[in-house]
Parts: sequence; C-alpha cells; structure tokens
Amino acid sequence: MHGAEILLQPGVFPRLLQGLWVTVWIAGVSVGVSIPVGLLVGWLMTLKNPVVRAIMRVYLDFIRIMPQLALLFLAYYGFARWFDWNLDATGACVLVFILWGGAELGDLVRGALQSIPKAQYESSYVLGLSPWQTFSRVILPQAVRRLLPASVNLATRIVKTTSLAVLLGVVEVIKVGQQIIDANRFQFPTGTLWIYGAIFFMYFIVCWPLSIVARRLEKRWSHD
Amino acid sequence: MTIKIGNAFKTIIATGAALMMAVSVAACGPSAGTPSDSASSDSSSSSSSANAKARTLDEIKKSGKIKIAVFSDKAPFGYVDQDGKYQGYDVVFAERLAKDLGVDVEYTSVDPAARVDVLTSNKVDLVLANFTVTDERAEKVDFAKPYMKVALGVVSPEDAQITDVSQLDGKTLIIAKGTTAETWFEKNAPNVTLQKYDQYADAYNALLDGRGDAFSTDNTEVLAWAKANKGFKVGITHLGDDDTIAPAVQKGNKELLDFVNEEIAKLGEENFFHKDYEQTLEPVYGDEVDPDEIVVEGGEL
Repeated sequence: MHGAEILLQPGVFPRLLQGLWVTVWIAGVSVGVSIPVGLLVGWLMTLKNPVVRAIMRVYLDFIRIMPQLALLFLAYYGFARWFDWNLDATGACVLVFILWGGAELGDLVRGALQSIPKAQYESSYVLGLSPWQTFSRVILPQAVRRLLPASVNLATRIVKTTSLAVLLGVVEVIKVGQQIIDANRFQFPTGTLWIYGAIFFMYFIVCWPLSIVARRLEKRWSHD
Repeated sequence: MTIKIGNAFKTIIATGAALMMAVSVAACGPSAGTPSDSASSDSSSSSSSANAKARTLDEIKKSGKIKIAVFSDKAPFGYVDQDGKYQGYDVVFAERLAKDLGVDVEYTSVDPAARVDVLTSNKVDLVLANFTVTDERAEKVDFAKPYMKVALGVVSPEDAQITDVSQLDGKTLIIAKGTTAETWFEKNAPNVTLQKYDQYADAYNALLDGRGDAFSTDNTEVLAWAKANKGFKVGITHLGDDDTIAPAVQKGNKELLDFVNEEIAKLGEENFFHKDYEQTLEPVYGDEVDPDEIVVEGGEL
C-alpha cells in the first residue's frame, strides 16, 4: 500500500491533532506565564541593587548555559529524587520552559528598558511618580513595542523546543507520530515520511502566524 | 533611582508565586495522553518522606490506579493501536495484574533508557516494558520473577547478510540506547562502530535508510520486524546469554514485589502467558517460533 494512505487511516489524524494539542498547551501555558515573569525579571535586571543584579545574572547565565534537555531531566528526575517534589512530565516541561522563557524574555526586557532615554525616568520622578508607577505607566508601554518582535520569535522557539518533552515521556505530537508509525509499520512500511511530514506541517501552522505577526509589527513600528 | 530592598524582595516573592501557580496549572493539564494525568493527586501523598519513595500496595489500592510504564512504540510487546489504546504482550499482563489488584491501570510511555529512572524517581509503580534482567540494573531496581526469556539477534539486509559477529568488524551497527545490545557490543565487540538511537522507531528507520549495516536488539523484536519487512533477515538469531525479562519495581518496594511474584506463580497454573502469547505474539511470529522458547510460565525457567 502507498505510504500516504497511512494518513487516511481512521484515528490517525484525530490522534495527531490530540498530540498537537498537548504541544500547543505546553507552549501556550509556558509563553503565557513567561510574559509576567520576563517583565519582572527584566525590571529586576535594571535595578542598581547589587544583590538583585547578581541573583539575576546567575539565573540568566545558568539557564543560558544549560541545555534545555538537561534542565528538563533535572526538573523531572532530579527534583523527585532530591526533594521528593514529584512533578509530572507536563509540569516539569512547563516549569522549565517558564524559567527559560522568563530568563530570555527578561534579558529582552532589560535591553528594551535600557534603551529608553534616561530623561523619561527623570521626568516621571519629577512628576512625583513612584518607581513602580514609572515602570508600569511610562517606561513599559514604550519598551513593549521595542521588544515585541523579538519576543514573538522567542515564542516560536518555545513551541519548537516542546518537542524535547517526548524524552520525558510526554505523549505529544511527535510521540503520537512515532506510535502511529510503529503500530502501522507492518502495513505501511513507508508511512514514516508521511507522518513526520504531517507533523512538520502542524508545527508550521502553529508557528507561521506567529512569525507573520512579528514581521508585521516590526514593519509597522520601524518608523516610530 | 534607588530602590528599597523591601520592594525588590516583594517582587522576587511575586515571581516565585507566579511560578508555583504555573506548576499547579500544569498539574491539571490537557487530558490527551499525558503520561501521568492524575499523578499530581496521588504522588503528593508519598511526598512526606525523604527521597522519591515508592507507593505501598495500600496506597495504590486507595488511589484506584496502578501506574505502569510500558513501551508505546514496540509492537507486539507494548504499542498503541489505532484507537489510541495500549496493546501488546506486556499490556495484557499489566491489565491482568491490575484486575487482580482491583484497580485500573494508568500507563506511562517510556523509552528504553528511561526505564530505571522512572522507578527511582517514583514516576511509576511498576515497569512492564520488556525489561531484561541484568546485574547492573538489579542494583538499581528490584526484579520480580521472569515472564519471558530472550537473547540478542542481529537483523541485516538480505543482500549483505551478517551471520557472525566477526563480520561486523569495522562496520556500523545500529542499536537503541539503554538496551542489553548496547552493553553486550560495547563489552564484547570493541571493533564495531555503534550508532545509537533513543527510539526504536528511529533505529529501524536508520536500518531501512542504510545508515548502518545491521541492527541488534532482542531476538524476539528483530524476528518480528524482519518477518514484516521484505529484504531483511535475522542472520544471527541467538547471541550472548539467554536473558530473562521480568517486571521491575523500585528498590525495596517488597510489598508490591511480593504481590507481583505471587501473581506470576498463580498465573502459571492457568497457563496465562501461553494464552497471552497466542493472543499477541503468535500473529506476528507465526509458527516459525516455538512459544516455549520465549514464554516463561510461573517464573520457572
């Protein structure tokens, strides 16, 4: 039988979509929570307090230096053994992606904040705004436009990196694909390429709109 | 613009709180096939003691679910059928164990290399994933009585058949990480280049694509595969020692181990594993293989 027919088998597409939902769910929750975390981390990074800066520095470097896969294994197996903090596989993934997204986004936020002219801060203080008010009402709205395109790119990277979750046993779209390939390997020995091809398009459909949004925003704001 | 320490401190706490929230959100995540859907509720009950302590038999009964790690891409032992249900030789045994314990099964899909870790970190209660008993593994987990036996086999393309290990000298052999084949070839055939894969599906594809000269894993597995894939033959059907395959529990979980052992002895009386073989393995092996070469009944070799 032709390999492409594997995609028409009953249950194949619904199951792939179910797997895609797990992928999108992990990425969505991670990105969603990364945003507030990243904003706070970015703000903390711009503070003058040496202790806070040192902590943020270590946090960012640690997350950047460690491969995501190592972090995933630490969160999944390590936490359970050392602290008896038994996260399920999905929870471990979300935790790691939030820490990662928060750190990377934090660094983007820091860059954006520091690119805001000092006069903006000084004017706000003169007007009697507190540091928090200055941050949230004056600086942040300006910084957000500068950092949005880059953070959308970060979001697509998180979507793609969720494929590592398969190594913790999360049955997301890639694992579902492998299960389907295996269960049909006698009937459709050449089905592999078709299943992975379908998965490729699924990732593409999830990530493509994001990169379109990023490009549009970049264009629209480039003249501001 | 100096900032008070107190203010910064509050922010750190807020950040922490946000993370905690995220984790608890994750615990009620999507229902589609996450390996431990309800793990959050019952695993917390065991979190009072140090280390990832295994659940007792009572705790398993109370939770109504036994967590079992099986393969999800290794037909006919553990795989997922087109309805998304777990099937196979290991799964039939898992279902029976759960039935006799009066609970449901919650399956976790594992890769070969993760089978020890899911036990030591208490992700599952029991591993029923074609787990070959070795001394090295027995130091980390407790094996119950065997329910199958196996040796290594080597499958290769028919037109370049490998019938002896010496033929592999200087050639590339495909293996799956964390399998007995990996250890055996590392120890006994240093001249063979090993090409390692995490997933069986990928290893087979590597062989089909010709990325290696042969693929070695349990003979049961390669026999089944070669039968379904034209142009490939198992040139070496018996390599290394006869190994046994047994259920595994976390080291020291004697209660569960005893239960599984009693079950295996009891099931031997009703020839359970031969029936299991007829149901799941015979359609794949056909009559070329004698069931007694594979099945172990009642834990007696």
